Amino acid sequence: MTDSDAELGEDVLLDIYRRMVLIHRTDEKFRALITGGELQIIYYSPRGQEMVAAATMAALRADDYLVTTYRGLHDQVAKGVPLPELWAEYAGKVSGTCKGKGGPMHITHPNSGVMVTTGIVGAGLPIANGLALATQLSGEDKVTLCSFGDGASNIGAFHEALNMAAVWRLPVIFLCQNNLFGEHTAFALSTGAKQVVDRADSYGMRGVQVNGNDAWEMYAAASEAAARARTGQGPTLIEAKTFRFMGHVLGDTSHYIPKEQMAAAKAADPVPGFRRLLIERQVPESALDEIDLDVRARVEAAAAFALADAYPDVREIRRDVFKAELAA
Amino acid sequence: MSVETITFGQASNMAMDEAMAADERVIILGEDVADDQGGGVWKATLGLSAKYGTQRVRSTPIAEQAIVGAAVGAALLGYRPVAEIMLMNFITVGMDQLVNHAAKLRFMSGGQSSVPLTIRTASGPGRGFGGQHSDMLEAWFAHVPGLKVVTASSPADAKGLLLACIEDDDPCIFIENTATYRAAGPAPNPGLRLPLGRAHVVRAGSDISLIGYGRPIGDALAVAEDLAKEGIFCEVVDLRTIAPFDRETILTSVAKTRRAVIVHEAVREFGVGAEIASLIHEELFGELKAPCQRVGASFSAVPFSPPLEQAYMVGRAKIEQAARSILN
Repeated sequence: MTDSDAELGEDVLLDIYRRMVLIHRTDEKFRALITGGELQIIYYSPRGQEMVAAATMAALRADDYLVTTYRGLHDQVAKGVPLPELWAEYAGKVSGTCKGKGGPMHITHPNSGVMVTTGIVGAGLPIANGLALATQLSGEDKVTLCSFGDGASNIGAFHEALNMAAVWRLPVIFLCQNNLFGEHTAFALSTGAKQVVDRADSYGMRGVQVNGNDAWEMYAAASEAAARARTGQGPTLIEAKTFRFMGHVLGDTSHYIPKEQMAAAKAADPVPGFRRLLIERQVPESALDEIDLDVRARVEAAAAFALADAYPDVREIRRDVFKAELAA
Repeated sequence: MSVETITFGQASNMAMDEAMAADERVIILGEDVADDQGGGVWKATLGLSAKYGTQRVRSTPIAEQAIVGAAVGAALLGYRPVAEIMLMNFITVGMDQLVNHAAKLRFMSGGQSSVPLTIRTASGPGRGFGGQHSDMLEAWFAHVPGLKVVTASSPADAKGLLLACIEDDDPCIFIENTATYRAAGPAPNPGLRLPLGRAHVVRAGSDISLIGYGRPIGDALAVAEDLAKEGIFCEVVDLRTIAPFDRETILTSVAKTRRAVIVHEAVREFGVGAEIASLIHEELFGELKAPCQRVGASFSAVPFSPPLEQAYMVGRAKIEQAARSILN
């Protein structure tokens, strides 16, 4: 059992709130521009999963490492990737984090600790082990967080990586954001285990399941896992139960999700829910409004920056294949 | 070292030893690589864990995705992992990590990420290992932008090339040959490193270029010796680096001899030989006295039964036959 009832200070709550709103506004703006025809990109919305990332990243240090997946916008924003560069990368523009060469599925920003964003389900876990191995060898107390979905828990890389992390007691946190669907297939149809967390035992690893939409539970689980990792107590598998509201890829009608299930999930939407809880706990509404306004302005500015930014020079296709530029 | 000759296996050991002594970021991962587990099935790492410790020379689970992934992650943080993949066919299990991640992370990150890892892997027909322990798969890797593919035709070259791979900032695949692992050759001077991307004219000649890499270079030299007795002078070109290969040395040689035979142990179809033959035809078509010939293994799985395996393999007779076929 995590220490989920522990009260969090107002500074932590506002930090989580700011990250959550930043994710929410960024996602809303992306969807508006894409559906409005102003931006043509492949897009995997994190709508519904905001709290998992907001609370988890608030519990980590800025210099901790993150490996995430193609549905990674919430993780990247919450980890602190600067918005203008993030937006420009999603748009394929030259000022993007990766000069526009990675795109929405491949955000890298080492200054924020975002080391890899992979488009291959499950592939991040073995790499996260390597990052954790590096910090273990060099004696740093950094933690590597590897974020992935429930679908990834059925691929071989998951098994190989959890086993190796347990054997080597690596300072890594495996965060399974269980949104109950892998592409269009429901969790129960694709997964023999009743819950992902049950698999931790079989690797001799600590496992924790939380309501990922609950800031207190999520923050406590991530904090505890990080503290254990930093002090040589090895890896943790966290299963954060959540839901995705916009289907697999933007444009997906979610026809395969029962209406009642979607309605129940939306009733538990963490974005308005957390705001409500904060107000109930006497957090001044003015403080929340101030964050909302600031975030809105930042997102608008970042989007405008990305739309106005130039595309990279075509010579970039010869650069970064190897360290030395390819001959023309 | 004062020994006069060393084997290919000792050459690999020497390269890793020198690299580890010079740079504490060099680490070794692989199945059984530490001394307690035997120093690897090929004994190439024997003695290194005693010298550098089992933190830096780590025996791993039999899990190639986890091994390559851990190497990728550690490399992203500045380590120089040398991962032993016991046999080349086993890299198929780790192919996602190698092709989608190691090879592409520099490019997809716009140059922010560097993956200075080396994969050492052994293969080659002729030892009765059958269809899943003997394939030469270098063309697969050569086809992937971002990977360097290297192999040696002598122990001294092996030492110099492997050391260059470990010190290189791009991911390198260093291919060792199971059939010649214990073959000996003149020992290199300590500190020898050979530049990647440069071919080596092993024997000069004027009438025909025999171009290859790895084990068949020995056969090509024997054929050159035989034909010289008839007044036919072969130039033998060892690519050393298969990808990216040395265009200039190949074209300079064939511009002189105006005939070329390309030889490799991998199956002929869709192999490295096709790429080199195309280059020669594109650049020197009007100057050639005959079309390029390719010598490669038969288009089948590597057979077990000895006469079948012999028939499958390239060898002196096939190289000589190809050479004679274009000598009028």
